[in-house]
Amino acid sequence: MEFVLERYNYWIIIVLMMGGLYIVFEAENMIKKLVGLGIFQTSVLFFYVTLGKTAGGTAPILVETGGHGDDHGDGHAAEAGHGAAAVAHGETHAAPVLHEESDVAHQLETVEAEISEGVTELAPNNVDGHASEAHGAQAHGAQAHGAEPGADPGHVANGADAHGAVSDLPSPEFIATPHAPSQAVADAVYGQSGEPLHMVAGDIIYSNPLPHVLMLTAIVVGVATLSVGLALVVRIREAYGTIEMDEVRAADIAEGEAEGDAA
Amino acid sequence: MTMLADLVIAPTVLAMHAPVLLVIAPLLVGAATVLAPSGRFAWYMAVATSAFCLWMGISLAMEVSQNGVVSYHMGGWAPPRGIEFRIDALNSLAVVIISFMGLMSAIYAQPAVEREIRIEKRPMFYTAYQTCLAGLLGIVLTGDAFNLFVFLEISSIATYVLVALGAGRDRRALTASFNYLILGTIGATFFVIGVGFLYAATGTLNMADMARIMEADSLHHSRVVQAGFGFIVVGLGLKAAMFPLHQWLPPAYAHAPSFVTVFLSSTATKAAFYALARFMFSVFDPTFSFLEPVFLYVLAPLAAIAMLACSFQAVFQTDVRRILAYSSVAQVGYMLLGLATGTAAGLTAGMFHMANHALMKGALFMAVGAAALNASVWKVSHFNGAAARAPLTFTGLAVAGFSLMGVPLTAGFLSKWKLLEATLAEGWWWAAVVIGISSFLALFYVGRIMQAAFFAKAEEGAPEIKEAPFVVLLPLWLLAGLNIVFGLNPSLPLGMAEAGARAVLGVDLNISGGAQ
Repeated sequence: MEFVLERYNYWIIIVLMMGGLYIVFEAENMIKKLVGLGIFQTSVLFFYVTLGKTAGGTAPILVETGGHGDDHGDGHAAEAGHGAAAVAHGETHAAPVLHEESDVAHQLETVEAEISEGVTELAPNNVDGHASEAHGAQAHGAQAHGAEPGADPGHVANGADAHGAVSDLPSPEFIATPHAPSQAVADAVYGQSGEPLHMVAGDIIYSNPLPHVLMLTAIVVGVATLSVGLALVVRIREAYGTIEMDEVRAADIAEGEAEGDAA
Repeated sequence: MTMLADLVIAPTVLAMHAPVLLVIAPLLVGAATVLAPSGRFAWYMAVATSAFCLWMGISLAMEVSQNGVVSYHMGGWAPPRGIEFRIDALNSLAVVIISFMGLMSAIYAQPAVEREIRIEKRPMFYTAYQTCLAGLLGIVLTGDAFNLFVFLEISSIATYVLVALGAGRDRRALTASFNYLILGTIGATFFVIGVGFLYAATGTLNMADMARIMEADSLHHSRVVQAGFGFIVVGLGLKAAMFPLHQWLPPAYAHAPSFVTVFLSSTATKAAFYALARFMFSVFDPTFSFLEPVFLYVLAPLAAIAMLACSFQAVFQTDVRRILAYSSVAQVGYMLLGLATGTAAGLTAGMFHMANHALMKGALFMAVGAAALNASVWKVSHFNGAAARAPLTFTGLAVAGFSLMGVPLTAGFLSKWKLLEATLAEGWWWAAVVIGISSFLALFYVGRIMQAAFFAKAEEGAPEIKEAPFVVLLPLWLLAGLNIVFGLNPSLPLGMAEAGARAVLGVDLNISGGAQ
């Protein structure tokens, strides 16, 4: 049973595929045929996306960590975006986050950032006196992009629960580790620092982007096919006065017989 | 000969980029053709593009025959990451066939289009034709499985439009096109599912890389790969009109504008057939254990049924184009039978027959379309006594018809002979019987047309058939003549087909020794 349930995505694909094909063959109405065709093609999109998805993988974006906190305003913020699905799974998200100026000793800790309506609200979790540091981010103003309430709504993920980690450790190891973000797009936004950025791609699990890209192409192809199909239906309606396949077929047969008599 | 070769080989700048130019030229010129001020000007552009493609195609084929595989890296990205156009001896044959038939049908197009397509639609008609040509050439050039799907759909969508434009003369073209669209899309989607399975198993989309990984990791025992093979064969089989997935073909050929029928019958199914051969022999290996029963118990019987059933259906059609369309499905059966042997000899026979079938079916549809230039004559009975009025047209038809039947001294005879040899080498005596019966049926259905044209008396008040203009006769006679030339000396197409089989299977053939 578990085996079946674990593969629920494949069941969705199979149901869509077979349902779509059934509609294509069963429907007499041409529009319905095209709808069935669309459903059939959609199942393929899901199939490829399923192929590319790695459990616990993120989008293939290099997550960059900042310098060592020696510069003021070397603020690094990352938002966990598009994380709705992951949240539903109750998984932990650690998005690399505010790298604050380090005149105060901080400890690595996790802060849950409730992001809503483009405003980041840092709601410290397990904070032992570090809430102030989190808010220190605000104090540092515009340099800490995306962390300050309303500072840069564009960087804030839509309605997602972002779990942020605030750290001031001299080294940037707080960054997303393998236990971290599932489906959360760690979109690192970093400050004006000219510091060399540390790539930690090796620590992050990425989903395979290629199937997604392929499906973008397939979607375009599908749209083109659908539009040609609909244009044909319009022309058929003009020529036959109906879009029911059986009636059109009857008209064709009648025409063929009439021709046969003439010949 | 060297002077000729110098003339044919493109300048270095062009030759370097020949693979991609073959696709880009028709795409870009096709887009520009929309702006053509008149149908005639658009026709010049289409002919020029097709001629350019043929030039590039021949130049490419010569380079392949000298240097082996040509690999073109799209945008400089090395495969398997980047998209690769990979041309070996197998697809250089397909490139030459498609670009040659493209040029022939483009030359032929003008009078037929003037008669059948409304004046304001003509430039766009040629645009659709060039887009289709670009897609077909892309199918045979690319070395990337997903890229192949994209080109398959580019050509198919253009084809749906081309077929539907027959509505100006016959509204049944619309339903034919709609059904083709539904089935064609299902076929393409099956193909893409199959590619997905292969990608899941191998982690690559490059076809050569796929083959390498499958070989290295013995992936052919994997269910995923086997399922992928099934999806791909069904998908491409639908596009290639493999029996019983051919239902879209007869109406589409019968109701499309006659230029479109000429073009499609000699290129579209050929490109899909090439892709099928590529997957069966190059990506997969016919020696994979799971493929043997598939070839023997699925493909070979289906091919045999196609040869019999569709030839039989062709005998009872009254519409000439339907006769030839059903015959096309039967001929796809011949080619498939060659593939089903799973041997180099079979592949050679299949590819050789593919080339010949393009020549003869192209010529036959040209002749039939030429007869209909002055009057709407599509019934066999309309052709009564037509040969006396249009001797050149109908002699061309007769030559191509003899080739289709497989009369000795024609190309059709030789490719059937090769097929016979290949199947008998496998001990498939029944295949020899089927080839015999099918050829006998061809005698009937082609014979009916010829009998009407040459021996029957014209009825009173029957539509007047006139001799076709020069631009129609020229390609018609070129094709008919090639049927004879290759019947006498098949070294060119047969040599290319053998080189193709050798390139794909990596074996040395000693089946014919080239020229006879």
